[in-house]
Amino acid sequence: MIEFRVGADDFDAADLIARLEALGGGAVASFTGIVRGDDGLVSMRLDHYPAMTSAQISTLIDKAMERWPLLGVAVIHRVGLLSPGDRIVFVGTASRHRAAALEACGYLIDWLKTSAPFWKKEVFADGTARWVQARAEDDAARDRWG
Amino acid sequence: METLNILYFAWVREAIGKDGEQIEHPGAEMRIIDLIAMLKEKGAGYAEAFANPEKLRAAIDHAFVPLDCVLGHASELALFPPVTGG
Repeated sequence: MIEFRVGADDFDAADLIARLEALGGGAVASFTGIVRGDDGLVSMRLDHYPAMTSAQISTLIDKAMERWPLLGVAVIHRVGLLSPGDRIVFVGTASRHRAAALEACGYLIDWLKTSAPFWKKEVFADGTARWVQARAEDDAARDRWG
Repeated sequence: METLNILYFAWVREAIGKDGEQIEHPGAEMRIIDLIAMLKEKGAGYAEAFANPEKLRAAIDHAFVPLDCVLGHASELALFPPVTGG
């Protein structure tokens, strides 16, 4: 099972996990990213570079599957206007054993954050808006995968 | 005439005021950083977007490349800030 999707629609994380669980392995790991309402944030808009986003995510999934013995991978990333509490991103992995599932899930979200062309713009209650700045910690998290 | 499609994203797009444009291909040997310096002269929005090239990232035909990379025969160049997805 390889599933990846980029779009405005919400997704059902429980359904994705159930489908990964049905693949016959002993381990399923997942990460769900949620919009935080910090500092009076009222909405967030995600832009992306559609032609490149799909190519990058597809390449990342291929790399994860070469590196770990995975039975299934799901990567869902939302774009457009989102509110605090909304799901933004989902990564799920299934494998025979936990280490591969957990590591591949971490690898995919760390690389997704730093190598897929998405940009977040935050809008606050006082009417101000700002583009989110890339963080060095995210690059460091990615680099630990070598 | 060979052309180059340039795409702008996030605050680069907002500063310039458009999603992208098609230009006459400036030549295979032109480096992205030198093209940025030329684009910067096109107006106030461009000057703002390209004031600090170290804040920019680029992709040629959907692959990330460093700014000192030459254009080659690419048909699509994208200029944008560091990505912030996930």
